[in-house]
Amino acid sequence: MQQVFKIPDCIKKDAKFTFCPGCDHGVALRLLGDAIDECGVREDTIAALCVGCSVFLYDFYDIDCLECPHGRATAEATGIKRARPDKFVFTYQGDGDFAAIGFAESIYTATRGEKVTSICINNTTYGMTGGQMGPTTLLGQVTTTTPYGRSAELNGYPMKIAEHIALCDGTAFSARVSLDSVPNIIKAKQAIKKACEVQIQGLGFSFVEILSSCPTNWKMTPQEAHKHVKEKMIPIFPLGVFKDVTKG
Amino acid sequence: MAYIVLDKAKCKSCYLCIDACPKNLIVKSNETGSTGNFVVDFKDEDNECLGCKCCALTCPDLAITEVYK
Repeated sequence: MQQVFKIPDCIKKDAKFTFCPGCDHGVALRLLGDAIDECGVREDTIAALCVGCSVFLYDFYDIDCLECPHGRATAEATGIKRARPDKFVFTYQGDGDFAAIGFAESIYTATRGEKVTSICINNTTYGMTGGQMGPTTLLGQVTTTTPYGRSAELNGYPMKIAEHIALCDGTAFSARVSLDSVPNIIKAKQAIKKACEVQIQGLGFSFVEILSSCPTNWKMTPQEAHKHVKEKMIPIFPLGVFKDVTKG
Repeated sequence: MAYIVLDKAKCKSCYLCIDACPKNLIVKSNETGSTGNFVVDFKDEDNECLGCKCCALTCPDLAITEVYK
């Protein structure tokens, strides 16, 4: 008899996630914790967090965390990494935080090729504040600020973050993964671990966008939300690795 | 004989693990959890569990704390 699954050491033993039932943040946090444990950098890790459901990471992880102004996690991660290049530094942000409020900081961190890792949870809405339109909201999606559905004419098109980041010369790794099914969760784990390894090797900025569900603000059951990710989000946000310098 | 360790106090009744289990060994129980809904239970009377950990990978709340194979 052999143990094939355990909660990552990164996560506090008594941690009880405070996310809504069925929210994929819990899965993403577990995968990230596994990747940090497997890379053996838990004692040398500093996280930069902003505002949104993602910030609750500091309640659950047994690592050093810094709370930053909204959207500025990548800028603060730059400062931490330049002051302490021996540390493993990552940011964990939502799509509104990374790609709307903090997009200038994010894109220039990638352009400068800072040796930090960013994880962005894309759930097509501002979850914590009650479901407003975010940069990645799908066309036709009803939110509290687009009650008739997002219109291309009025609100523009959803932003494809991983492709934007991949275009920056300083980016070493950029991928998009999903958490809607077990095979995709396993692939997500591989991408997150790769992003961590890229930083440890000092190759440049590494980024993973994670398609995630928000059953509460989408007003769906967790099962319907995963179906929505599979049928509505993945066709618009294709999964894959958009840049990987380790593969030439 | 593979098995999982379930912490019902962490279960929020999203039931994603019920869909994930290929052997349908996870079912709704009659106990209510923190959300006021029925939490899940692991019923493996015929030792069918494969230890595939699909349930643990899917659970967003770390309610499946250990899997043995």
